[in-house]
Amino acid sequence: MLAYTFSDYAQQVVSGLSSGGVYALLALAIVIIYRSTGVINFAQGEMATFTTFIAFSLMHHMSYWPAFFLTCAIAFAGAVALERVVIRPIEQAPVLTLVIVTLGLALMFNGASAWIWGGAVHQFDSPFSTRPIHVAGVAFSIQDLGIIAVSLVLVLLLWLLFQFTKLGLALRASALNPEASRFVGIRVGWMLAFGWGLAAAIGAVAGMLTAPLSGLDFNMMLTLLLYAFAAAVLGGLESPLGAVVGGLLFGVVLNLVAMWHVVGSSLKLPVGLAVILLVLLVRPNGLFGRTVVRKV
Amino acid sequence: MPLLELSDVTADYGAVRALHGVSLSVDEGTVVSVLGANGAGKTTTLRAISGTVRTSGAITYAGKAVGRSPEQAARTGIAHVPEGRGTFVELTVWENLRLGAYTARRAEFDRVLAYFPWLSERRDQQAGTLSGGEQQMLALARALMARPRLLLLDEPSLGLAPMIVRELFAIVGRLNAEEKLTVLVVEQNANVALDASQHAYVLEAGRVAVEGTSEELRRNESVRRSYLGY
Repeated sequence: MLAYTFSDYAQQVVSGLSSGGVYALLALAIVIIYRSTGVINFAQGEMATFTTFIAFSLMHHMSYWPAFFLTCAIAFAGAVALERVVIRPIEQAPVLTLVIVTLGLALMFNGASAWIWGGAVHQFDSPFSTRPIHVAGVAFSIQDLGIIAVSLVLVLLLWLLFQFTKLGLALRASALNPEASRFVGIRVGWMLAFGWGLAAAIGAVAGMLTAPLSGLDFNMMLTLLLYAFAAAVLGGLESPLGAVVGGLLFGVVLNLVAMWHVVGSSLKLPVGLAVILLVLLVRPNGLFGRTVVRKV
Repeated sequence: MPLLELSDVTADYGAVRALHGVSLSVDEGTVVSVLGANGAGKTTTLRAISGTVRTSGAITYAGKAVGRSPEQAARTGIAHVPEGRGTFVELTVWENLRLGAYTARRAEFDRVLAYFPWLSERRDQQAGTLSGGEQQMLALARALMARPRLLLLDEPSLGLAPMIVRELFAIVGRLNAEEKLTVLVVEQNANVALDASQHAYVLEAGRVAVEGTSEELRRNESVRRSYLGY
């Protein structure tokens, strides 16, 4: 570990923040649905892959950013419809039923991606150049910085939505207390569907950010979803802030662990997960686990 | 014509029938109380009106059928303060008030805060950290934010100190007098409820056992013995 310079560490931290930004977005998508329904959507990753393929097809007909935003809109609308048609009828079912259904959806989207777009690895455009830029003697990739920027802007927009708009307040209220929400006139069912839409759009962004690095194939999100789960659990499954911090932290920790030559990149995942395990032993609810003060 | 009318309403929780044909009416601008022991069907009566329990029979509000869903009730001007207050304990006082105004065209904080001036000092406090009495006041304030025409109050005195209960009902009285707000209040505390209302119903085992003006009920021998305790 001693042989590394400051510049090496700085590079690894930035590239860790970049992959961490993608974990954070996916973790955020998982947390948004988990908070409002108590269900972990195992299909989140495959939905992201599927929508990234949609973006891939759209980009044959238009330039990057229009395709980017159109994909987000399609992901949103598609997931709202999915919630209404597939999830709504089994809303009252036991959690295990819902978990099985989301696992089924994961397989379905995975199969659909392979069936429509084939098994090959496709090259996916990036809006950012892969050229390095030099800041204070350290070379950073513009791509990494771009991914970090997009992730942070999206997180900021979501925060503004949840914190300062009537819709955001209604979304939070529906998640916290669905019964009381109905009494003030909130259509809770639609809020849940909106949450699915939002999560799918965030997942689509995560997919489009990661595809240029990993290449686009139908199994692109398999390991990424595991990382996102790890990030969400690390942050505390109920906390959107936790998901973001957990994702970024996990990305950086994985990269720094890999720098240690005993571990290297082949062992970085088990070591990274061991770090999470240690954190959870100390804080079982995650770093930002929700604590509520109640008085009766 | 009464603002709210229930005619032969039954309500079921699964296989259990909680209301066996309840009929009652509430005139606009009055306070009406529903008394009765635990399990008599008081809460279910309110839940029937706001549509959170399966019912048969006619429930008419302002000439239209209601009782389909709480969202619909809220949108037609019925504000229901459920037992246990339905406060969003994780959210701040101000967020609770904003949610109260969810169906209103705009949030009129000043009008409501005139009745609860202390709330504005606590606006950023998490609602769950308020005392029981303060939470009940907040629940009432939240309901008022919707500018309701009919207020449904479920056991507002539950678990509160007598002084707080008096304060609470004083505010309900003012709202009735100053804003012509119609109130249907369910209470186990019959003394307080009869003081605050002009008309009252006593429920027993899911049926209306006695009804009349609050004065009449006060003089009723069996009501006095069973519910007023003297």
